[in-house]
Amino acid sequence: MTELATYNFAYLDEQTKRMIRRAILKAIAIPGYQVPFASREMPMPYGWGTGGVQVTAAIIGPNDTLKVIDQGADDTTNAVSIRAFFQKVANVPVTTKTTEATIIQTRHRIPETALQAGQTLVYQVPIPEPLRFLEPRETETRKMHALEEYGLMHVKLYEDIARHGHIATTYAYPVKVEGRYVMDPSPTPKFDNPKMHNSPALQLFGAGREKRIYAIPPYTQVVSLDFEDHPFEVQTFSQPCALCAAKGSYLDEVILDDKGGSMFVCSDTDFCEERQAAGHRGHLSPAQAEAAE
Amino acid sequence: MRAATQVFEGGFADSVLGSQEIFRALMDAMANPGRIVSVGDLAQAPSPLTPVAASIAATLFDHDATVWCDKPIKASEAALGWLKFHTGLELTNDPAGADFALVTDIDNMPSFDAFAKGTSEYPDRSTTIILQVAGFEAQTSLTLEGPGIKGTQAFSPSQLPRMFTEQWAANRGAFPRGIDLIFAGNGLLAALPRTTRILNKEA
Repeated sequence: MTELATYNFAYLDEQTKRMIRRAILKAIAIPGYQVPFASREMPMPYGWGTGGVQVTAAIIGPNDTLKVIDQGADDTTNAVSIRAFFQKVANVPVTTKTTEATIIQTRHRIPETALQAGQTLVYQVPIPEPLRFLEPRETETRKMHALEEYGLMHVKLYEDIARHGHIATTYAYPVKVEGRYVMDPSPTPKFDNPKMHNSPALQLFGAGREKRIYAIPPYTQVVSLDFEDHPFEVQTFSQPCALCAAKGSYLDEVILDDKGGSMFVCSDTDFCEERQAAGHRGHLSPAQAEAAE
Repeated sequence: MRAATQVFEGGFADSVLGSQEIFRALMDAMANPGRIVSVGDLAQAPSPLTPVAASIAATLFDHDATVWCDKPIKASEAALGWLKFHTGLELTNDPAGADFALVTDIDNMPSFDAFAKGTSEYPDRSTTIILQVAGFEAQTSLTLEGPGIKGTQAFSPSQLPRMFTEQWAANRGAFPRGIDLIFAGNGLLAALPRTTRILNKEA
């Protein structure tokens, strides 16, 4: 049997890794600033996390343990395929447990379990520029960042209040990093914004199509933009998780039938499973149903 | 003959995993300013380059990186040849146009103002200065504060550029423009990104 073609460790060639690594070091030195980088084509389409994959490929080594989540879940398409990709091209151990991972690549959630020092969270970012929908020209948004001119963003939040009576932005909620750069935290629910503030973990953001890398070092101030009379607040849920009875975690609505029935469950599958393993039961958990029968 | 041998020998035993290990140490150091990170002495370059400085060079430099080297390196044909052979770097004589600067003689280095600080639009187009130091056990200690540091962090490199606290305060004042520092010690490395503030005035 002939040997199959093998890739370089972690798929990318070494020159690409050096280019990305230089961008990452600059991104860490200037928290919240979007560093341009020469994003490569990856064996998956733009929009599937090519930015995050390139960042992970540039930093990962044989001593790492990788976890990949997609909307909090370890078992959805994007998470499964990216995890399989790195198992194949880097042969690294993978896990679904937040506490065991050294690198967590994420699409739009921050794990419920508090991150630890030494962990790195890699975000897949579709549109890194928080001002892009307010000002389409890159030359102008770049100048606005240079002059720290963020009035337009506050106008947008104000228009939310004028129209809806409250700030209606619920995801990709803009933050200010270390009192300087306004940054898009990628389309995470604003529920996760407070977790970015003073996190012991290093947070790296990769936008493949838009060719930008940015970062938040550990223990860095990350403040969600708001007004004195309309302070930033996160979503709350009226009921606990239907499977693990967790209160205060971020819940997804799951449709159960075609008669309007639905249930709310933790979006972070690892968090929910850990709780169920520890004996917590929600009102729709299978164990509960068995006990009732 | 001997010079030629020195030029070609001493690269990473495993260039892929060797540079990955050094990069992770650099990333750790940059994300946690003042933290001393230990690395294996992986690359060996001719004098005056130390193994850690040579390893950092082999990890970060290539034909896309313009590098300014100080006089002792430029004076050594073997050291320059090693850098060219192992990294393919582009050398420059203009520190204001360099992505990286490699400094072995800290006492006689140019002031931070001589290097690229980037522009307001592109603050990343700035020089990362790699300083070769003996170690991190000096008598005088700096107290650091800023992103990446929980509370404060003590930092005592054996050598610092002249008028360091003044120069660094000016560098911090130009934020987001500014230079970043990497300290290459003996089996150890550390970094000071431009965001770090120095608290003690008396040092």
